[in-house]
Amino acid sequence: MGKRIGIEVSLAVSEAVKLANTDVIAAYPITPQTHIVEHLSELVADGSLDAAYIPVESEHSAMSSCIGSSAAGARTFTATSSQGLALMNEMIYIAPILRTPIVLAIANRALSAPINIWNDHSDIMSVRDAGWISLFAENGQEALDLTLLAFRIGEDPAVSLPVNVNLDGFTLSHFIEPIIIPDQQEVDKFLPPYKPSLQLDIKNPISIGLLGGPECYTESRKAADDILEASVPVIKKAFDEFDKVFGRKYQVVETYCIEDAETVIVLMGSIAETAMTTVDELRAEGKKVGLVRIRLWRPFPRTELLAALSKAKNVAVVDRHVVLGSDTSAVGMEIKSLLYGSQLNPKVTNYVLGLGGRDVTREEFRYIFDQAASGEAQVRCEIVGVYE
Amino acid sequence: MKKPKSEGVQKAGDLPLGFTAQPGSTVAFKTGDWRSVRPVLDKEKCVYCGFCYYYCPDGTYEDMGKDEKWYKVDLNFCKGCGICAQECPKKAITMTLEEV
Repeated sequence: MGKRIGIEVSLAVSEAVKLANTDVIAAYPITPQTHIVEHLSELVADGSLDAAYIPVESEHSAMSSCIGSSAAGARTFTATSSQGLALMNEMIYIAPILRTPIVLAIANRALSAPINIWNDHSDIMSVRDAGWISLFAENGQEALDLTLLAFRIGEDPAVSLPVNVNLDGFTLSHFIEPIIIPDQQEVDKFLPPYKPSLQLDIKNPISIGLLGGPECYTESRKAADDILEASVPVIKKAFDEFDKVFGRKYQVVETYCIEDAETVIVLMGSIAETAMTTVDELRAEGKKVGLVRIRLWRPFPRTELLAALSKAKNVAVVDRHVVLGSDTSAVGMEIKSLLYGSQLNPKVTNYVLGLGGRDVTREEFRYIFDQAASGEAQVRCEIVGVYE
Repeated sequence: MKKPKSEGVQKAGDLPLGFTAQPGSTVAFKTGDWRSVRPVLDKEKCVYCGFCYYYCPDGTYEDMGKDEKWYKVDLNFCKGCGICAQECPKKAITMTLEEV
């Protein structure tokens, strides 16, 4: 049944990596991800996790090592944040095409400049298009659970893709929460040993990491897009089986009070908890508001989101990243693109908040619900709570 | 718009998992069409010294043997760099523009 303990969320992620019996960890420390890999190095050093821990000289090397170890057939994990993810960028784009199922925990943090170690989603959005499966955790339990799920999903022979698990830096990574640490037996039942679909083997040599010219580059991207699309049912099945083993049911999209909601906020990550509290308050005042939280960001859960937004008159998309120079931010673009051409025609507005660790408050969600429901037209995405 | 399958290309669904290749499969990847000029040998001037054979950075020259006494370029792989023509001591190789 597992054991419910008070534990820092970063350490809970490390415990998930240990329970997954990971073979290789190649990582470089960066705030606010540090505690994850620090604890893993302790677990390896004290012998409680039989893994190779590679203390690399940079994040670029971390992801390079991960691609190599995954191609060699090892269950592989790394973690990073912000500038670290930016430095990984080149290798991040390579892993999905080489079909190396690596699990990457990202303690989400703002990108420089100015130098800022606090939470927003600009790091993950900078590698949005790379072809990874991308999951967003709301709380500590989910950060642990999604890490286990990431191994299961990424290593599925029908998928064989890298998966990133996003947990908000500090807000999640450094908080001590009551978290159920599953039993090893349960994890073993859910997560069988990794059987690589593709493996470097000196007896049957292959070349990996090849040139692909104009005659086949297009096909390589098409194949990557097709496999992401094909991974959706595998992800849903993994969520179902996770429920069977651990008794916690996840959906690719979570909804809260949307049945009769006229105004619905769409967002990702830990601020959903503040948004839910705001929904409760506004419901108590008789306002028809609801919340949709995207857990699976890539591949984008089109069908589930269309169903979740089918009754809304006003859709307010909340981003934690500004797409500079655009009228719309990352999640906002997705939602607008999804709704255009669908049968639905709600008023869609887009807001950005919680940048670089700025607190996200109920007052801001109240403001967004009010703005979204007002007749006021929005030309550009609004950055909420700017001092001016 | 979909393109019909033609020789030497693979469908997206047929690409090997992880974009890998088997040993020796580079032979199937013809690079000769990168060339804009081709080496043309004047056999009258050729003294069978083998400079073209040794200098070719892609190993595209074949030794035709002691009876024939010349080296033949494989145009499936020659990229037209001109090193053979530059190094030939008898100036027996001329780089000639490819007709498109």
